[in-house]
Amino acid sequence: MSYVELMGFGPNGWGPAMLTAAGVTLAVALCAFLIGGIVGVLGAWAKLSESTPARLCADAYTTVLRGVPDLLVLYLFYFGGSMALSQIAGWFGASGTAAIPAFATGALAVGLVSGAYQTEVFRGAYLALSRGEIEAARSVGMRGWLMFRRIVAPQVARYALPGLGNVWQLVLKESALISVTGLVELLRQSAIGAGSTRQPFAFYATAAALYLAITTASTWGFQRAEAYALRGVQRV
Amino acid sequence: MIDPAFLWSTLISLLAGVPLTLKLASGSVALGAVLALPLAALRMSPMAILDWLARAYVFVFRGTPLLVQIFLIYYGLGQFRPALQELGLWTFVREPYWCALAALTLNTAAYSSEVMRGGLLAVPHGQIEAARACGMSGLLLFRRIVFPIALRQALPAYGNEVILMVKATSLASTITLMEVTGIAHKLIAETYRAVEIFICAGAIYLVLNFAVARVIRTLEHQLSPHRRDAPQRRFEPTHV
Repeated sequence: MSYVELMGFGPNGWGPAMLTAAGVTLAVALCAFLIGGIVGVLGAWAKLSESTPARLCADAYTTVLRGVPDLLVLYLFYFGGSMALSQIAGWFGASGTAAIPAFATGALAVGLVSGAYQTEVFRGAYLALSRGEIEAARSVGMRGWLMFRRIVAPQVARYALPGLGNVWQLVLKESALISVTGLVELLRQSAIGAGSTRQPFAFYATAAALYLAITTASTWGFQRAEAYALRGVQRV
Repeated sequence: MIDPAFLWSTLISLLAGVPLTLKLASGSVALGAVLALPLAALRMSPMAILDWLARAYVFVFRGTPLLVQIFLIYYGLGQFRPALQELGLWTFVREPYWCALAALTLNTAAYSSEVMRGGLLAVPHGQIEAARACGMSGLLLFRRIVFPIALRQALPAYGNEVILMVKATSLASTITLMEVTGIAHKLIAETYRAVEIFICAGAIYLVLNFAVARVIRTLEHQLSPHRRDAPQRRFEPTHV
């Protein structure tokens, strides 16, 4: 069977399966990135806060999750999660081991790792905000949420954009690890195809090409977003 | 809840994987650096075709997941078994260790070449002019002036890359290599005590990465005498 026939959309073609799997990769990466975004904002807030325990917790979080392999974190969530769930089910009289959804665990594990990186991105972006902006907002009577919404958030988002682009690329590539838990994303689908057709190179090369297409499109998207965010700023 | 005896025995079992982790990390970082220097040179070459080749290499290896690269080499090359056997390369492709090392090396070479390029571009032009004014050129100029300054400037970013590689060796466990993460996975599957095993394995990686960070920081300190404080000279009474 030729390559075109193999990866095509004909009766024996793997094209639709591979494209669907690429969609799953995109979906799980997007979920993980959003979880990481929420955790990152909270983490940055904790790191910049006056409270020592909050700062220590956030420091421990970013040190551990950035210093430990992502695969290990994934195993912790996958096996630890199903263990905890079985225990909880046991309290309610159910027996046996409970299976937890691979999509949710994967998104959570990769999300928490990306949250550690996003914490640093948001912290750096906040520190790049000039003090004068905040003083000016205070001087016109803005406080708390209003100041955050009108002055802090828009500018932090702009400063954080390049860093977030890097984290997104990282998340996209890390999502391939979720294949070890059995979620049929791009890499897992390639392994399935490779196993049943005995053409592993064709499948993994196609997966690589699809990842490249996604990362290239993302680079372009972030460039556009940056250009939009900087539209009112004069470049020196 | 957490059992110290179990933690201890887990730690001992996991430590057996440390030599393989270190071998993969140091091997790929060293070979990757050797490969990265010519790549960085190609990238800065005035010939468009050479620059373009290096660009394509970096684009492919930075744009795809490392796990895909590992599978492509370990499983994918199996598709060309007869041809590889003829070339005598099959003995390497059959071994998961060589495949993991090859994938890690090719991957880190792409990232390191960009780090090195950044370091080389950051060498101040005045330094090069001054060296030329003293009559240095070619290899001497590179060895005495350009390389040390570029190394110093690239070191922090390169340290990050080394730490990423220590973490990346964990992916070798997916092709049956029993390094720290491989052993951890086996233990978790046997005992289902994910939290304790994660604590032990995580601690090992944190210690390794901490050591790498310290070595890099010491090296950076060594290479930047101009940023150190001048040695304090104590005033001692001179005996006449």
